[in-house]
Amino acid sequence: MAKVVLDFEKPIFDLEQKIEEMRNLSDNVDLESEIKTLEKKVHQLRENIFSNLTRWQRVQLARHPERPYTLDYIGYMTTDFLELHGDRKFGDDKAIVGGFAKLDDMPVMIIGQQKGRDTKSNLYRNFGMPNPEGYRKALRLMQLAAKFNRPIITMLDTPGAYPGLEAEERGQAEAIARNLFEMSRFPVPIIVTIIGEGASGGALGIGVGDRMLMLENTWYSVIAPESCSSILWKSWDYKEQAAEALRLTAPDLLEQKIIDRIIPEPPGGAHRNPQQAAMILKDALVEEIRALQKIKPDKLLERRIEKFSKMGSWNE
Amino acid sequence: MPWFRRSKENISTENRKKEIPEGMWVKCSSCGEILHRQALEQNLWVCVKCNHHFRISSTDYFSILFDEKSFKELDAKMTSKDPLKFVDTKKYTERIKDTIIKKKLQYSNRYGTGKINKKKIVISCIDYGFIGGSMGSVVGEKIFRAAEKALKTKSPLIIISASGGARMMEAAYSLMQLAKTSAILAKLHEAKIPFISLMTDPTTGGVTASFAMLGDVNIAEPNALIGFAGPRVIKQTIGKDLPEGFQRAEFLLEKGFVDMVVPRKELKGTISNLIGMMAN
Ligand SMILES: [Zn+2]
Repeated sequence: MAKVVLDFEKPIFDLEQKIEEMRNLSDNVDLESEIKTLEKKVHQLRENIFSNLTRWQRVQLARHPERPYTLDYIGYMTTDFLELHGDRKFGDDKAIVGGFAKLDDMPVMIIGQQKGRDTKSNLYRNFGMPNPEGYRKALRLMQLAAKFNRPIITMLDTPGAYPGLEAEERGQAEAIARNLFEMSRFPVPIIVTIIGEGASGGALGIGVGDRMLMLENTWYSVIAPESCSSILWKSWDYKEQAAEALRLTAPDLLEQKIIDRIIPEPPGGAHRNPQQAAMILKDALVEEIRALQKIKPDKLLERRIEKFSKMGSWNE
Repeated sequence: MPWFRRSKENISTENRKKEIPEGMWVKCSSCGEILHRQALEQNLWVCVKCNHHFRISSTDYFSILFDEKSFKELDAKMTSKDPLKFVDTKKYTERIKDTIIKKKLQYSNRYGTGKINKKKIVISCIDYGFIGGSMGSVVGEKIFRAAEKALKTKSPLIIISASGGARMMEAAYSLMQLAKTSAILAKLHEAKIPFISLMTDPTTGGVTASFAMLGDVNIAEPNALIGFAGPRVIKQTIGKDLPEGFQRAEFLLEKGFVDMVVPRKELKGTISNLIGMMAN
């Protein structure tokens, strides 16, 4: 696949390419120390760029087409994945995938929104925009998990629920609302991770849980910066400002006490080393599940409702 | 915020949207008929000629539904904060201030207790005039407390919705109100306390995708626009005109997402009967 390089990633790639070229001439012993110096430089450059990312740049990273998606994480993190299909009412939505899998030998239910990588797979996945039957499939799988007492892991990565005519006819709003309602009362641990784009109700539709994790270079908000720009600024040109105003990055949401934990990504972002990104997430998920499994179901539910009850900010 | 620290009596409780201007005569925004204000009010703000249901305020709904003087408001002093210091073309704090002072709209929503045909209930009602009925932290918190009150007093809960969607200026906090309100309704469900959702024009976005669709019984006012995505966005997505009546109350009835479409005049009676069927 052709490499996609974001504007602000370019200096890093240029330097990396230079090192690569020098390596190809590495018969010459003298180059070795020069390569080392350059590697140090790349490292510093990357640190520099990534510690000063704007919110809009984070959004761009969250949407990077080479970023690992739900099925990639499932592939790296779990064994024996058994994908399950269909909502038993209408059809099988390809924008939400899920099934049983083993995580560190533990049977779990794992569900996530799924994007495609090229035109063909994006059409197949509807660009990761679920229809009502996607949310209803997710609900059915979570009911299965609750029935057999398996922890639920969900992964959020969508530009939004699909705003189509049939989606409305089949009750997009009801499907999302029902999931929020039911996810509040499944007596098994639920861990939610934002792995890419967390766009509004479409993401939240599988996003109620006991612990909320967010990968370092992702975003989560009530609206995408472009749409926010078009509504509030009445122009599509203010997406950078909108991203800043929305405070939608992982550190922002941790500060707002909406998420519990930021999951670090490999140097340069998850797309530079998907497998490593998945291993970091896996360790965190195992740790979180083990901790939640010690809590009695009644207590777990009480804490889950209490967690959400605190979210918000008002004057009295 | 000093502009709020005034007694409630000093601020007009007129939360009616601009659709109903001042003056003795009111033009129906649907059929154009010129209507006498007093007659219109007596007809519960429904056009006698075309049955258009005007957008009305929480105050109006409370007076339509409740036995005289039985409504008691709770936490009336709760107001919006600006946790993110949100600025677009205008500061969020300015928007709130303007809404309260210039537009004389005090509440994004209100909640309290009251009696419908002598039956005690808890109610929460959104005011569409307040930043488009958008759901920020205050709307979510008041609905949460209304449901808690219903739980504690074992009284049926009614929520009246009218909303353009989420309060963008509260970003992720706004989004979390969907989960927060749905979570407490799950608790109400387990306690077997009836919850009736009334959707009025318009009920869209996050409000529809949370509490509004979760009623034991979902009621809609005639011709109310109800949906997840707004019609404009859907039209853009599919690149076609939308069919007549799409996303209207009657359409949702046909598709199975509301139980009944109830004209305003029958609202009190219908809700009262429903409560009688469900509550102990
Ligand atoms: Zn009329």
